Amino acid sequence: MAIEWQLGTVSGVRDETPTVRTFTLALPRWSGHRPGQHVDLRLTAEDGYSVERSYSIASEPERTGEVDITVERIEGGEVSPFLHDIVVAGDRVEVRGPIGGYFVWEAPLGGPVLLVAGGSGVVPLMAMARHRARSRSDVPMRLLFSSRGPDEIIYGDELGRLAAAGDGFDVVHTLTRRQSPGWTGYARRIDEAMLGEVLERFGASARAYACGPTALVEVVANSLVRLGLPPARIRTERFGPTGT
Amino acid sequence: MEERIALMRDDPAVDLMVDGNAVAGLLAEVFGVDVSPSEERCTHCGTVSTIGTLRVYMRGPGVVIRCPACTDVILRIVRTPAGIRLDLSGAAGITLRSPAR
Repeated sequence: MAIEWQLGTVSGVRDETPTVRTFTLALPRWSGHRPGQHVDLRLTAEDGYSVERSYSIASEPERTGEVDITVERIEGGEVSPFLHDIVVAGDRVEVRGPIGGYFVWEAPLGGPVLLVAGGSGVVPLMAMARHRARSRSDVPMRLLFSSRGPDEIIYGDELGRLAAAGDGFDVVHTLTRRQSPGWTGYARRIDEAMLGEVLERFGASARAYACGPTALVEVVANSLVRLGLPPARIRTERFGPTGT
Repeated sequence: MEERIALMRDDPAVDLMVDGNAVAGLLAEVFGVDVSPSEERCTHCGTVSTIGTLRVYMRGPGVVIRCPACTDVILRIVRTPAGIRLDLSGAAGITLRSPAR
């Protein structure tokens, strides 16, 4: 049963940006997941106090027996500083999942697909992009990705490689606070005009998946409806202002 | 619409909100199946919504789930030493979908 807790072992840790880190969790009893789903993590202190948090799965289902989660360090948070500062390879954590059957995309669902991410909202969308590449899908897919600055683009290099493959996946970045010298891309928060431009390639036949802070997801969902996308083809996931 | 967006950016209640996806694990614990792709009908306004899209406030002692249309309370969940306490009075009905795949 998917909702039972199981023990996972942290088998790898890697930095994505100065404040974002990916943890690979080895899960011998993992039943497999669908791109977009998440896991619940439970941490229990020696005195029995325990906290649970949900984290989107970043890895594609074609990788078996382990999942990646990517966690942003939230200053003053209860769980993310622990994961960042204390947890090392070999540590064990309790995990349950996969969870969530709503915010999911698999290649047979088809497209074209517009992914819209704000910051670490890119994580479940990355599972979709990786799944698309690994399953050799030719569904057209475009990611509109809002980051604060050039050093804060999560998965930047890998997204560049996926786009360079020239197989129908591409990325449009917007950098909202700081831009590198010579930056010619978008440099503002995602708005309806920007969505209209990136959607032009697909038109109203697209499926859309938006994930990020609540305010961003609201803007994206409302704008896409005004741009003619049927609400039933817009899927959203909001994680509030921050995780913890 | 611009006004509404500006309001949402400044509204602390919106800032603290997540959506039904975030409590899919807890709901699966309660219902025994993943209900995030299922639909519920709001007792107060009659709007039918996918559970993954409901407004969720989970920073208090319990979880409060509200209708995205009328913002009235649909569901409350509190974990107590005796077990999980569930108040479903805001949901006129829930349609459980068969598991995907």
